[in-house]
Formats: sequence, C-alpha cells, structure tokens
Amino acid sequence: MILFLEQMLNGLQLGVTLFLLAGGLTLIFGIMGVINLAHGSLYMIGAYVAATVSMASGSFFLGLLAALAAAAIVGMVMEFLVMRKLYARDHLDQVLATFGLILFFNEATVMIWGRNPVAMDVPEMLQGLVEIIPGVPYPVFRLVVLAVGLLVAVSLYFLISKTRIGMLIRAGATHREMVGALGVDIRLLYTLVFGFGALLAGLAGVMAGPTSSIEAGMGESILILTFVVIVIGGIGSIRGALVGAIFVGLVDTLGRAFLPNMLKLFLPPAQADGIGAGVSSMAIYLLMALVLIWRPKGLFPAHD
Amino acid sequence: MKLSKMLLGVAAGVALMASPALSADAVKIGMVTTLSTGAGYLGQDVRDGFMLAVEEEGGKLGGVPVEVLVEDDGRKPGTGKQLAERFMKRDGAEILTGIIFSNVAGAVVPSVLREDKIYVSPNAGPSLFAGKKCNQNYFVASWQNDTLHEAAGAYAKQLGYKKAFILAPNYPAGRDALAGFKREFGGEIVGEVYTKLGQADYSAELAQIRDAKPEMVFDFLPGGMGINFLKQYDQGGFKDTTPLVVAAPSMDAKIMAAVGDAAVGVRSASHWNHDLDNAANKKFLAGFNAKYNRVPTVYASQGYDTAKLIASALKAVNGDVSDKEGLRKALKKADFESVRGKFKFAQNNHPINDWYSRIVEKQADGTLVNKTVGVVLKDHMDVYAKDCSM
Repeated sequence: MILFLEQMLNGLQLGVTLFLLAGGLTLIFGIMGVINLAHGSLYMIGAYVAATVSMASGSFFLGLLAALAAAAIVGMVMEFLVMRKLYARDHLDQVLATFGLILFFNEATVMIWGRNPVAMDVPEMLQGLVEIIPGVPYPVFRLVVLAVGLLVAVSLYFLISKTRIGMLIRAGATHREMVGALGVDIRLLYTLVFGFGALLAGLAGVMAGPTSSIEAGMGESILILTFVVIVIGGIGSIRGALVGAIFVGLVDTLGRAFLPNMLKLFLPPAQADGIGAGVSSMAIYLLMALVLIWRPKGLFPAHD
Repeated sequence: MKLSKMLLGVAAGVALMASPALSADAVKIGMVTTLSTGAGYLGQDVRDGFMLAVEEEGGKLGGVPVEVLVEDDGRKPGTGKQLAERFMKRDGAEILTGIIFSNVAGAVVPSVLREDKIYVSPNAGPSLFAGKKCNQNYFVASWQNDTLHEAAGAYAKQLGYKKAFILAPNYPAGRDALAGFKREFGGEIVGEVYTKLGQADYSAELAQIRDAKPEMVFDFLPGGMGINFLKQYDQGGFKDTTPLVVAAPSMDAKIMAAVGDAAVGVRSASHWNHDLDNAANKKFLAGFNAKYNRVPTVYASQGYDTAKLIASALKAVNGDVSDKEGLRKALKKADFESVRGKFKFAQNNHPINDWYSRIVEKQADGTLVNKTVGVVLKDHMDVYAKDCSM
C-alpha cells in the first residue's frame, strides 16, 4: 500500500513535468494551428542554460531565470524567423520544417557544449529527503517539482479563462480576423504565445536538469510522451493537457512498477518479466488507443 | 504532387552524391556508430580512439593507407543497416566496425556477413552471434556482452553479498546483462526489472528497490541512462544504505564526471582501466590526452584496440583486402599490443579477457578516479564459445 502511494506520487510528478511541455505545445497548436516538433529542443535549451549558468554562478535561481529567458527568446526568434512562414502551410510542411529545427538545435548544442553530458546539481536548499509517509523518504526536490507543476497548471487556468489576454488568446484561436479587426495585433499576440509556450518548455527543462543527464537529443524522447499527452487530452485544450499528462504519468509509472509483478500471478516468472517489460513500455500507447476509440477527438476537444 | 516532386529531388541529390570518388589505394573502413542520443559520447569515444591509432601511423593502419568513413546510426537498427549497405555497396568498404548497441548489431551484422565482408566490433557483443551463429568473418574486439556482467556478478559474490536487486533496459544487451550477472552471482535475486531503453526517470524502479530491501543493486545502464539513474539513486538516499556493484559501462569516466560525488564508492568490474600498467596503455593515454585533451572512457580504449587489431591484419595481407582468407587468419591471430595488457580470441572470435575489480575514489584534488583493486576473473571465456563450431 505504501509502495502504491509512493508510486502514485512518482507518477504525478512525471505527469506535471509532461504538463509543462504539453501545455505549451497544445496552446501553440490550439491557437495558431501549427505543429511544432522542435518543442523538445526548447526543453533541452532550458536544461543546458540552467546547468551552465547555475554551475558558473553558483546560484540555482540565476540559472532558472537565465534558462526561462533563453527558452522564451529562442522561442520567439523561432516564431519570427520560421514558424510565421508556416501558419498558412500544410501540416506536413510544418512537420518537415520543425523536424529540421530539431536537427539544427541538436547539432548546435553539440557545437556549443560538446557531446559529453553536462552536470547540474540539485540546489542546496532543496537537497535531502523528507519522510512523506513513515518509512518512505522522498527527495525534497521532487516534491518541489510537483508543486511547481501544479502551480503552473492553476495559474494557466486563470490566465486563459479569467484574464483579458486569455480572452484574446481564446478569441484569436477561433475568430482570427474578427480579433484583428478590433485592433489587436494578432502577429504580436502569436509571437508572445509562442514565447510563453517556449518558456514553459524551458521551465520543464530546468526542473529535469538536476535529476537527469543533460545531453543533445534529450528533448526527443520526452516529446513523444508529450504528443501522446495532447492527443489523449484533446489537441488544443489546456485542461485536456493537464488531465492527459497526469494520466500518462500515472499509467507509465504504475505500469512499469506493477505490471510485471501482476503478470507473475498467472505466468511463469521469466515469461512474466519479458511480457511485463514489453507491455509496460507500450502501456501509454494502449491508453491512447483506448481513449481514441472512446473519444476520437481526445478527452476535452478544444474546437467542437 | 508536391511530395512526389520533393522525393524526386531528394533521389536526384542522393544519386549525385553516389557517384563514386574512390581513391584507388586507400582501404575503406566503414564505421557505423552512435553519435547522437544520450549515448552519443560512446560512439564519439570509439571513433576518437580508433582515429588516434590511425593518426599515430599518419593515416595508415599496419602500414596500409586507410580511409575511415564514419556515420551516426542514432541508436536505430534500421538506420544502421542502411548505412552499412551504403558503405559496402557505394563506397566499397571491405571492413566494417563501430556499432555500440546490440540491437543495431542485430540488424547490421547479418547483412555485412551476407556480403562476405569483415566486421570487427569495438563494443557490442550480443549472445546472438557468439554461439551457434558465430561466423568466420565476425570478430569482437571488446567482450561478449554476458562476460561484462558475469564479472560484476563474480565481484559481488567476492564481496560477500547474498541478496541483489538487478535492472537493465529491455533490449538484447540488457537481457544478456541480467543473465550474465545471475550466472556468476549465485545469491538471491530479490527483484529483477527491465526498463525502457533511453529511459530518463527511474523513480518507479527506486521505489521498488526500497520495497525489496536488497543488500546491493546491480544495474546495466550505459550512457545517459546511467547518469540519470545514479543521480536519482543518490538523491533518493540509497547510496549510504545500498551499495552498487556494476560493470564497466555503468561507471565510465563520463558518468563519473557527470554525477560527481554520487559515484564515490561505486564498485565496478572492467577489462580495461586507465591505471593498468603496460606500455600500450601508457602510449594510448598520453596520445589520447595530447590529441583530444580529455580523459578517455573505456569505449575509447576499445576503439583504439579495434584499430590496432585491424592494423595487424592489414599488415599481414599487405593491404590486399580481397584476400579474405588471409585477413581472417591474421585477425584471429590478433598479433597486436592491446591496451588491456594481453589479447587472445576464443574459438568464437570473442576475446578471452581478464576482469579487474575497481572502486571510485575521490582524490586529494577533488577529482574522481576509478581505482583498480584486484582481479575478479582470469582468462575468462564466454559461455557461448563452446557452441561455436569454427
């Protein structure tokens, strides 16, 4: 039971990290209708800049600020130079162009930081363990990641549904010309939204830095999970991204943790391990398939 | 319409690039290796170790001019296979090398052997090609996968551990790893977990380890995976309660540098270490440091050995790579100075290695070092060799 609770917590933590990526990605898709495969690269940039600046300056928060700024700026430059030309184009063109950007960013990081993984420590004040349940010490940093993710989710909800800029974003998504005619600079709005999505991806990268190895190409594996999240949640929906991210985080973590053991109840151990490992790595795709059979547009489709 | 036009353009471009620009005298060696993903540094070090040996001779191996063609497989078997086909058919490479990952080897090696070319592995040594499917054109200069982890298992046993938790990625080398560890360990396995290849988050596995209460943990997680696992292992407070005993790929110089103090005290078994006292190793370390200005990993040593092995064969046939029989005989003889001290092939063309025990220590200046402390297995041959009828 204690193990189950701990694994739930692990799943939630993966979920909120995925949400930071999926939130930005789905916002960009929902509003501008553009598929950005290079979203994972912004995550990578966040991690690299945070590691470099925090290690050089000795301050995690300086690293955090630098990383958020770098990701947002790179995002906006990317929007201005590349994405802008793609809004009117086919999705296939967007996929092709942004795939090119992935290659570009990976190669650029290898040129700047080299092929060796970069190190980043957990900030000193967040090191250590707390006992969440008696007998289960849990790293403080992971709890902070969880809290930050939830905080971002709540703020994003208020930003989109309760503020003027949120209203413009929602209106711009569905009635682009009308909003433009009312004197709102749609182009600027798009650039800002793109930069904001990039900032969230950068934040996810900063939080992944201390627990994982920072290396060229680290954005791609998590990007696949992120796409599964937004497909499950309904493309373009922030609420969908949150629910989808939590679902994927839990299914992935719990599947890895318990599936092989469950199979051992009725299969010989060697077979159970093999099948369990295979099925648990497919678990999130099975989840996606089931959701899509039930709701072909995802759980919370943005444009009905 | 648009797409077909584009494809036509790509095809034309490829055709243009394909026009042969063969320089008649240099022997072409095709290197398919992993230069991207979290394991990119593995391929980089294999390549750099290999190229160091080539540079020592001024662009030659065994006195024969060589041209080394290097491409990145991105850890994908399909990409690796395409690259190998291209090296053989377009560039006329007679010798191939470079593969890091066993799943890539599984796709590439059969097609190389089908073309009757020579393959010399600087890293991957899957069990698949070590037993009944051994081949006279297939050589492994590093180790057979299982033996790495047999050495770790023997080391753990030597240290007196009885209850182990073991984990590895779910791919051929991962399965070889766990089988190898269990073969020599002999104690109780309180948990056995297969992770995803390239996995970044190990929180679920760590919770299982805590629950299973083992005396020690063995993991086979090369490259970025190992860095992630070790950092999280340390952050989870396991380091003080549950020691790690691993094989060389889970504790190389890069992992050590990236995780810092989290690596101190981790024990590993390896066939090579920087402090092995022999002339070839000293020359290699000095040369590598002078050329690349960084500490070589175990992969660099394997790349270097692979090049030296190929050099010995090229020398024996005087650069005539069409003499396959001569090449095979010379490779099997392995007449070169290995950085691991000595080198000998078993009947299945996989090396018979000595395995050393190491421990990570912090030096006075704060840097970490893998220190050799003893010998775990001597003249150790893999278990598949007996099934090979060569």
